[in-house]
Amino acid sequence: MTASIAMEHGGTRRMVRGRRKRIGYLLSAICILLALVMILPLLAAVLASIKPAAEAAAIPPTYLPHGLSADSYVNLWAYQAGLPTYLFNSFATAFLSIALTLLIAVPAGYSLARFDLPGKEVIFVFLLLALIIPYQALLTPIFLQFASWRLTNSLLGLAIIHTAIQLPFSVYVMRNSFESVPRDLEEAAVIDGCNSLQVLLMVSLPITLPAVVTISLFAFITSWNEFLGALVMMNRQDSFTLPLILAAARTQTSLGGTDWGMLQAGVVVSVLPCIAIYLFLQKYYVSGLLSGAVK
Amino acid sequence: MIALAYLAPAILFVSAFTFWPFVQMIWVSFHSWSLITPPKPVGFGNFIKAWSDRQFWISLGYTLKYTALITPILMVGGYLIALLTAENTSLKRAVRAVVFLPVVIGLGTSSLLWYWLFSTDAGLVNRVLLDLGIIGQRVIWLGVNEGVSTWAIIASIAWKVIGFGMLLFVAAIQSIPKDINEATMVDGASYWQRTAFITLPLTLRTVLLVTLISMIGSLLAFDQFYIMTAGQPQNSTATSVFYVYLNSFPYLKLGYGAALSLILAAIVLAFTLLQMMLTRRSAG
Repeated sequence: MTASIAMEHGGTRRMVRGRRKRIGYLLSAICILLALVMILPLLAAVLASIKPAAEAAAIPPTYLPHGLSADSYVNLWAYQAGLPTYLFNSFATAFLSIALTLLIAVPAGYSLARFDLPGKEVIFVFLLLALIIPYQALLTPIFLQFASWRLTNSLLGLAIIHTAIQLPFSVYVMRNSFESVPRDLEEAAVIDGCNSLQVLLMVSLPITLPAVVTISLFAFITSWNEFLGALVMMNRQDSFTLPLILAAARTQTSLGGTDWGMLQAGVVVSVLPCIAIYLFLQKYYVSGLLSGAVK
Repeated sequence: MIALAYLAPAILFVSAFTFWPFVQMIWVSFHSWSLITPPKPVGFGNFIKAWSDRQFWISLGYTLKYTALITPILMVGGYLIALLTAENTSLKRAVRAVVFLPVVIGLGTSSLLWYWLFSTDAGLVNRVLLDLGIIGQRVIWLGVNEGVSTWAIIASIAWKVIGFGMLLFVAAIQSIPKDINEATMVDGASYWQRTAFITLPLTLRTVLLVTLISMIGSLLAFDQFYIMTAGQPQNSTATSVFYVYLNSFPYLKLGYGAALSLILAAIVLAFTLLQMMLTRRSAG
């Protein structure tokens, strides 16, 4: 009696285990399918960019390249003012954004975390103002101001806008990070004869390095990818950033139609730095995203 | 003193590049200004003009419709992918990384990619659908039919941003204490019962938060419409930000553009305040 119940029990358990295994396989298959669907568009862009010019313009399009060619990259290299100009504009703006972000957010975050300033919380909320007013709405007055300051068509002007977009996040992350540095460490440094700036630069900043990496990374990605601000501020073609010149290339014709191969070569070039950063600095990226969204 | 010195750059920066433009925007919105002629005060003229401007309502209505269509897709899709991949096996980690990949690339760039994929003659979407026999002839996806254009853009944006919600949902699901799940498993609850009565309620705050972030993003949508449809056909896919852009820059109606910006900022503010209330509760 007891034995038969036990046997029955073992039977259902085996059945349950079998069913669970099958569901497990099914779910794994769905996972792989999902990953394929997500990666295919990017793969298609890469493949389109290495097709010979004639094939890239083919109607209907081919799935896999019949021949390999650097035509599209050569065309992109020489397009309008030339790819080096646009790459320089994009990189320079991004690095100026990082520099501005660090110069402003690091001391501000440190001050908010360490000093008991009267009205500190009011100042903090003021610094988060850009969270409340979307920058898309502010572009008209910023453009007017920049026009009179000769900051339109200027990489510095664009970097200022990109810094302003990310500043609430950057200040917030730096403040949190400095708050987690033990005060004893700083006090010990003061006793050793460090002044306030030395304490910040030589004791606290190295400990908050992950936060510094995070805000630099987000400053770069925001600036590299930003479109509307650049569209408004940059109207001379040699001051265009990469997304702007590619958007212009989508309608400008080379041989009577859009040069699809060149356009996708442009997509590949502008995607590469983002993917590289994501792959190498994934930890910082994800932690920044989580802390930024959960505030 | 040192405290203030450290804060000074930030205070000056925000004053000059966020606060002052905001004050100016309010001032300009009460003026008629085309850059060539000096600004002329018009009182509430720009706001009254907006009220009777058909395109203003079309743009606002379209933006709300787009937001209403895409938000449930992103939330339900993102949550299902999160449930599917929340375990930390090596396969599921890899799948999460791939699903998240489009989030890191630029919206402008992804729009250019999909502009090609959805192009009528050279696009792979038509090629695939024709080869599978789903469509009989090439479809003109972008810029001719409002509904078709909208769904094409929604598909491209879903691809681009669904990983964002997934990432936050996975973090929330993984932070549910293990013993809660084990307890309900012993009670014999099925997977979907556990999901509906345990997982979902315990991650509800994250779901609401992501919903708000996603809605704010959709209400401010611009890049994908500028690049993929250019607002066509007949400005029916010109979103609110697009209409602000058109008025301020190509048309140079700066006063009117500022008034429209102010209206848009007020609408978005309601959602932002809700989001802040939610996040504050988590901190406290």
